[in-house]
Amino acid sequence: MAEIRLENVVKRFNEDEVVKNLNLTIADGSFTVIVGPSGCGKSTTLRMIAGLESPTSGDIWIGDQCVTNVEPGKRNIAMVFQNYALYPTMTVRKNIEFGLVNKKVPKAEREALIQEISDIVGLTEHLDKKPQQLSGGQRQRVALARAMVKKPKVFILDEPLSNLDAKLRGQMRRELIQLHKRLGTTFIYVTHDQVEAMSMGDQIILLDQGVVQQVDSPMNMYHDPNNVFTAEFIGTPAMNILERERLEIFLPSLMDRVRHVGFKPEHAHISAEMEKMSDHLVMKSEIITTETLGAETIYTVMNQAGTMNIKSFTEPITDTQKVYIAIPFDQLYFFDENEKRIRATEDYMEAPMPAMVGGA
Amino acid sequence: MSLGKARPYLMIFPAILVFTLFFIYPIGYMIYLSFHDWNFISPDKNYVGFNNFTALLQDAKFMQVLRNTFIYSALTVSLTISISLLLALWLNRKGAMYGFVQGAIFSPHIISLVSISMLWMWLMDTDYGLLNWFLNLFGISNVPWLTNPKTSLLSLIIVAVWKGIGYYTLIFIAGLQSIPKDIYEAAALDDTSKVRTFFKLTLPMLSPTLFFLTIIGLIGSFQVFETISIMTGGGPINSTNTIVYYIYENGFRFFKIGYASTAGVLLLGIIGVFTILYFRLLSRKVHYQ
Repeated sequence: MAEIRLENVVKRFNEDEVVKNLNLTIADGSFTVIVGPSGCGKSTTLRMIAGLESPTSGDIWIGDQCVTNVEPGKRNIAMVFQNYALYPTMTVRKNIEFGLVNKKVPKAEREALIQEISDIVGLTEHLDKKPQQLSGGQRQRVALARAMVKKPKVFILDEPLSNLDAKLRGQMRRELIQLHKRLGTTFIYVTHDQVEAMSMGDQIILLDQGVVQQVDSPMNMYHDPNNVFTAEFIGTPAMNILERERLEIFLPSLMDRVRHVGFKPEHAHISAEMEKMSDHLVMKSEIITTETLGAETIYTVMNQAGTMNIKSFTEPITDTQKVYIAIPFDQLYFFDENEKRIRATEDYMEAPMPAMVGGA
Repeated sequence: MSLGKARPYLMIFPAILVFTLFFIYPIGYMIYLSFHDWNFISPDKNYVGFNNFTALLQDAKFMQVLRNTFIYSALTVSLTISISLLLALWLNRKGAMYGFVQGAIFSPHIISLVSISMLWMWLMDTDYGLLNWFLNLFGISNVPWLTNPKTSLLSLIIVAVWKGIGYYTLIFIAGLQSIPKDIYEAAALDDTSKVRTFFKLTLPMLSPTLFFLTIIGLIGSFQVFETISIMTGGGPINSTNTIVYYIYENGFRFFKIGYASTAGVLLLGIIGVFTILYFRLLSRKVHYQ
């Protein structure tokens, strides 16, 4: 049982409050990703769980043990660092063995464990090399092996893939998912990359300026954001958020409390000819840029309501810049003046929306 | 203008000229003199073959000089290194007090050895010295620091250690600060004890610094001269005479230039062996990132 709970955790560096009254539960066996922009407090949170920083106030629980004042080495946690933090003077074998020797594991058992783990991560032939003789990907594997061999209750990974190139990153991502399935241990993974969060996590914790914005599964995070921050953080490209004032003529029946209206890039239809579409918000627009990615095309278009991204899976439009975009009414998201989501229809709309066409 | 193949040689010519004039030539001349008998004034240099060498190696006084030099160097270097490593481990943190202590222990390094010698002669004076006054407070009777052959060499070692510590500490702190912090965090998560962290991580990571300081320490202490010349003059009873002082004595006081040069050749050989040993070990045992 290794559920992790943070209760009213606050972390200040001098005057700077990096983590503000954090309450979190990380389920046993989950692959939890803490994601957020730089400086949101995600690494600090992780380091507090690992014991490398102590919270200014609040408590951290691992299972039924309060570990707030427990040394990092006694928490039964293994960590993979962004820069790998391998012991440079030791061979790969010694690196993996180091923690086991500290735990006074007998030599024969150590040998067997090293063999087993290095087979899993594919390091067997590199066991007697020093870290500086290895490539970035191999070093990352050593770091993983060193963490795995301790059979910890919790795995902590601090942006472990950010020093790898794009292709290797994709590969390691899939390997980590498999590893998590195989071990069944709790994984806590910190990243600033929402793609990693979406693809790997079964639970995502989105942080901004030391405050939790949303805790949810990747799909819920994507389809059901709680606020503008989540909507704008998740997705490539992220949700388009438009100011209500500039949509007044398209959506006259919106209630006053609605301040922002959002829609996902892939929910808009784009076409060169105007189509009469009922239940759609149709806007005459101009294409600014076209990114053709093969299977899909991302347009940046401008219209009365502002600049927005549209993702389309049909053939790219090349012959004209003047297009119409149509967004189904039921795919619109509404947010209030605090940028919080308004979910219930009766809370954002006074009357059913008519089909309307607008444009300059 | 094309200089062709001559260009690189022309570029290094000034450096080579200085090197030849002030290093190669004196060394060659010293070796040449070691095979001669010369009194520094007479125009005649008599070739004596290996006579100077055999005489030197049979000279009981020189054997004591060698022993003194080895003891002095070994103790000075090992004491300076171990004390400054401990100090560096203590001082390697932020805070006004640590900065002050670091500055304070570094200050002897910038004072001239002559002044230091004068200061310590006063401190170590048997009857009026501050050291003995302090020891007297604890009921310890006067120590004849520089005037007894049993303590004189040790007294000089104390001075050398005192002068060297600040510089060594500074270099050690620089070495400690170049060790990445995250490997200590990894070690903490591996539940590593402080002692094991020091011996398995810190010390191996410091090995380049350690070897650098050992070799410059050894070469430096083999050439000790000022403190001996001022504080003891090699005495009492030859107890603090070391190679360089012995060379000086023979050359410029007894005017046995050939004999002094022979001792110089021997010193060159000893330091050469140390240097070769150092580089051999460096390539094999010392970790460089």
